[in-house]
Amino acid sequence: MQYTILVYETASELTARTDPKRKDAYWGAYRAYTTALREAGVMVGGAALEPPRTATTVRQHDGKRRVQDGPFAETKEQLGGYVVIDVPSLDKALEWAARCPSASTGAAEVRPNMSPSPPPA
Amino acid sequence: MSDAAAAAELAARASYGRLLAYLAARWRDVARAEDALGDALLAALETWPRTGVPDKPEAWLLTAARRRLVDGARHASVTAAAEADLTLMLDERAEHEPHAGFPDERLALLFVCAHPAIDEAARTPLMLQTVLGLDGARIASAFLVAPATMSQRLVRVKAKIREAGIRFEIPAPGELAERLDAVLEAIYAAYGSGWEDVAGADPRRRGLAEEAIWLGRLVTRLLPDAPEARGLLALMLHCEARRPARRNVAGGYVPLTEQDVTRWSLPLMAEAERLLAAAARANAPGRFQLEAAIQSAHAQRALNGKTDWEAIALLYEGLLRYAPTIGARVAYAAALAEARAADAGLAALDAIPADAVAAYQPYWALRGHLLKGLGRKAQARAAYDRAIGLSEDPALREFLLRRQRG
Repeated sequence: MQYTILVYETASELTARTDPKRKDAYWGAYRAYTTALREAGVMVGGAALEPPRTATTVRQHDGKRRVQDGPFAETKEQLGGYVVIDVPSLDKALEWAARCPSASTGAAEVRPNMSPSPPPA
Repeated sequence: MSDAAAAAELAARASYGRLLAYLAARWRDVARAEDALGDALLAALETWPRTGVPDKPEAWLLTAARRRLVDGARHASVTAAAEADLTLMLDERAEHEPHAGFPDERLALLFVCAHPAIDEAARTPLMLQTVLGLDGARIASAFLVAPATMSQRLVRVKAKIREAGIRFEIPAPGELAERLDAVLEAIYAAYGSGWEDVAGADPRRRGLAEEAIWLGRLVTRLLPDAPEARGLLALMLHCEARRPARRNVAGGYVPLTEQDVTRWSLPLMAEAERLLAAAARANAPGRFQLEAAIQSAHAQRALNGKTDWEAIALLYEGLLRYAPTIGARVAYAAALAEARAADAGLAALDAIPADAVAAYQPYWALRGHLLKGLGRKAQARAAYDRAIGLSEDPALREFLLRRQRG
């Protein structure tokens, strides 16, 4: 069963990506995390996202289009990336989420992926 | 907090398990006993501030809980089961006046929680909830399980206990040892959840180590002749003695071999040694006594500054005969590497099936450490990567990152 781990990071962690003093530890931890996922044979895919300031949000409600600079909501922790894994159960997915570096700084949210084809009506 | 509220909480802490074990054993229904006791505790919080704390708070709680159980049985549709409950309750009332002392059924409850018919993954959580009254959210966090999943599991096993008619009793002497093993395993799992992965850094788990030790003490008190129960308690106390040394002042992770022994707790170590010696007199070795003996060998470093790795490797060989777990196999490899040579340790690691260690952090940390010592840099780096990626604890992650680079 596939689950997506949504990697929520604090502003401080997002800064660590380019901070000369902290970037090695930051990227080292994430590289190791994805290595462990791949080597354990559970990784399906994923991506790191550029920081929220690069986001552009589009809304088309009631025939009106609104394009906005920035993420859809300003929150303390922002989506910094995601990982899709294939594991037998939610328990296993939570084990992997607990190992995600953001779990100890921001948060790691686990959601089951919906199956690719819609269930028969 | 008012006096009444404080007294209610004190009574609850001190006697929750005893009251629940007694009620569950008499009504043969853990879930209903829990509900009734919960209602009784709420009633105490409402009543005691007005009426003052009763002389015997436990007896008051027991009476209130029984009243709930009786009312519940009356309101329930009149099924055969409910009638049986009512009859039982009436016998009960004649048998024991509430303010008389009531028997301690906690040992029987522990055996129910670790009964072979109970799903192994649910045994420790069930024990923590029923004997200690821990709340479900805390148990779920400690075992890294979604709270909704944990509560479903607990509801399911309580239904199973009722429906399968699992008896609240101490097993017969012939099967006692085996059944006790399951009880001890479940207690050790509670301790492990507070120790193993997160190296004691995570406050939501730290509490469970203390709860596990409390359960260990309870079992040794209720079953004073069981050497393995003493062995388990000795093991937990030896590990607990080192807790303050597992972090340096900056909060960094410190491995066992580099810990400052002056920060180990001598009283806890002394208590562990007494327990282990008492257990050994029964001349019935077992898994927990061996594990405690290994920790006792490590503890010697506080006395003479040395670690006898050869002795530790031999003890692990003995342990592997009782409990060939992945953890013991990895620890054996570490002892071999220290006692003899890094490649002896590496060979022991190579003998462990690859799929068993795909997600086992200590294996990769040791592998990285040994390969680095052998000068196989690229392989060491790859092994460290996996160890770092499998770590939950940020302090451990930082420690491994430093090792990988340095």
